[in-house]
Amino acid sequence: MKTTVACRMIFKNLREYLAWLYYQYLLITGIYVLEPWEKSIFNSILFSAIAMVIYTSYVFVPIHVRLALEFFSGVFGGQTKSTMTLMN
Amino acid sequence: MGGCFRQGASALAARSGRLSISPSRRRVPEFTLNDARSGRDIITRFDLNMTEGSASKTFNGDACHRSSNGKSAGKNGYVKNHCMYRQPQKYRRPREKNRNVPHNSSLYKTPFMESFEETPLMVAVLTYMGYGILTIFGYLRDFLRHWNVEKCNVAREREEQKDFVPLYQDFENFYTRNLYMRIRDNWNRPICSVPGAKMDLVERVSQDYNWTFEHTGKVVKDVINMGSYNYLGFAENNGACADAAIEATHKYGVGVGSTRCEMGTLDIHEELEQLVARFLGVESSVAFGMGFATNSMNIPALTGKGCLILSDELNHASLVLGARLSASTIRVFKHNNMQSLEKLLRDAIAHGQPRTHRPWKKILILVEGIYSMEGSIVRLPEVIALKKRYKAYLYLDEAHSIGALGPNGRGVVDYFGLDPKDVDIMMGTFTKSFGAAGGYIGGKKELIDYLRRHSHSALYATSMPPPVAQQIITSMKIIMGEDGTTLGADRLRQLSQNTNYFRRKLREIGFIIYGNDDSPVVPMMLYMPAKIGAFGREMLKRNIGTVVVGFPATPIIESRARFCVSAAHTKEMLDTALEAISEVGDLLQLKYSRREQPLPSLGWMSEESLLQARWFVYGGEKKEKEKRQQQQEQQRDSSRHTDCQLLQEVPVPDMDNARATTPRWCASS
Ligand SMILES: Cc1ncc(COP(=O)(O)O)c(C=O)c1O
Repeated sequence: MKTTVACRMIFKNLREYLAWLYYQYLLITGIYVLEPWEKSIFNSILFSAIAMVIYTSYVFVPIHVRLALEFFSGVFGGQTKSTMTLMN
Repeated sequence: MGGCFRQGASALAARSGRLSISPSRRRVPEFTLNDARSGRDIITRFDLNMTEGSASKTFNGDACHRSSNGKSAGKNGYVKNHCMYRQPQKYRRPREKNRNVPHNSSLYKTPFMESFEETPLMVAVLTYMGYGILTIFGYLRDFLRHWNVEKCNVAREREEQKDFVPLYQDFENFYTRNLYMRIRDNWNRPICSVPGAKMDLVERVSQDYNWTFEHTGKVVKDVINMGSYNYLGFAENNGACADAAIEATHKYGVGVGSTRCEMGTLDIHEELEQLVARFLGVESSVAFGMGFATNSMNIPALTGKGCLILSDELNHASLVLGARLSASTIRVFKHNNMQSLEKLLRDAIAHGQPRTHRPWKKILILVEGIYSMEGSIVRLPEVIALKKRYKAYLYLDEAHSIGALGPNGRGVVDYFGLDPKDVDIMMGTFTKSFGAAGGYIGGKKELIDYLRRHSHSALYATSMPPPVAQQIITSMKIIMGEDGTTLGADRLRQLSQNTNYFRRKLREIGFIIYGNDDSPVVPMMLYMPAKIGAFGREMLKRNIGTVVVGFPATPIIESRARFCVSAAHTKEMLDTALEAISEVGDLLQLKYSRREQPLPSLGWMSEESLLQARWFVYGGEKKEKEKRQQQQEQQRDSSRHTDCQLLQEVPVPDMDNARATTPRWCASS
């Protein structure tokens, strides 16, 4: 009896696997049925959006994290300091 | 044309009505939900049938009499208070659709096993997303066409009609232009041989993304045909039937050149009608040259103004057209849902006609034997019980079931072991199992005589060509065993074996398939719009011809592939097809089913003990005992009570929306 695991695809190499993944992406988003120029529009919009998200997170996240850290360390640090002074 | 589009739109409304039944699904008493969840395999589902009946019977015995006073049972309060099994309602997605939950198993001789596995949530979300993306691109293309950036290949509003009501702007048109067109190569493919178990296809290519096709002149040979309604394999160009048809052509010619009422009745027609009556076990029958017209022209002859038609929501377009032409009031009940039907019958009798409150002149229930898109079989024993109880008439369309179901191939009546006299109007077509064309109506002699005089099909349509009649006579005699061989019985056996094998295998592979286990129509769910196109193309690459179906023939997210099993398929063909389906299923990730898989088969175990084993694995031991008790109770019950369940709150389906789909997506019919 055959196994019933959903993914029984056997891939010869990574390229084939990536091609299959791209095919799944085409099918799930539905752009499989589109004409090539429409596909490229969709892909470029999607990828530029993703690129922008990544870029913004790369640029802004460290700053925000640092600010947040500073803020919280300010809050807690200040508190501990003051409580320490009080206790002392 | 406008009318046609209107119809389509209302079909859409009807369908979306059906899509939004989830709140009502939740209103079904909780115990059914529990059972439905555990109803993963065949035995439990069967037991579920047995228990539900008894549970709701005792507790709603008199509730129903009350509820008929109020417009809806829910308003009454009485029903609610007495439904002790109901627990606080929680939201829960049932594994199986409760399309047809409570039923009376006491009416069935054999277990009635039908399943509609719930769409996985993730898949539903992704499907809607896919449609969303395609719709956006559709708008983009429409925009380009509007500003003449792109050439418009389809009909559009003319310049001088600019200010009139738009003709091509509704959803159906949008859909055809922007979604259907892109994967149109999967439909209407020309065949150039007998559409038997294997067929030859004309190869065609499109240079402009399916707006036009060119034939390359080549032929795709020996494609396994999983799409034709050739249930018994009588679509042949040799053998007894073809020989007889040739002989009939030599004797009578092909054309008749007149209607049945004038000079078009040949002795071969008389012979055919007597044979059909004998086959069906009815007093008399009449045959027509076209199945679609048999429905659409005879229903208007049977009912008229002041009559009520109760129609299943998934009835074929011909039935819907007939019902509309008859000018009767049409009410639609949920697919194969006996509670919904009973509720409508009850209301019809309690309230009578709208405004005047006069009683309805006639109430006609329209059902089909096998529903060709769901693969479900009508719950005929229950329909007949209801029909008798409320003194309605029953019109049964056996287009797909005649020849394909039952130990003797005599349709659903035979399948359930019922008396054909209980069905008032037995309709069917010769198009499917008999490999011919045309339709028949069988019933009481008075009815048939009346139809001969009053049906447009009999009065105005040219009668059936003699070779076609001869094909039907010969094939029917083979099925009945009157040719002195067992060929007919062999075909019937082969069909049911093939059906069971094919369905079992598909389920084991992990696809979601719909319908009854005995139905030769096997719908397999694809869901996503791109997968409709991809599945058809990939299967054809592997030399297997399939029918893929999408909106408007199905609800928008429930796109599917539909296989029709035939007695002509050999086991090798089915295995080849199954292998290809499994391969494509992996490639496209179609194995959606989350049902528990059966234990791997142990060679030495018989099927029975295997089922038993599965049963214990699920820890059903104790439950089973309880269920047996309930079963016994129920049997005792059913001898006391009348055999109809009394219903509780059933949301009434939208009254005015009969379904008429333009079956554009469905290649053959
Ligand atoms: C239920 C039902 N009734 C009637 C018909 C029409 O029959 P015919 O194709 O013989 O015109 C069909 C055809 O698909 C059908 O499915």
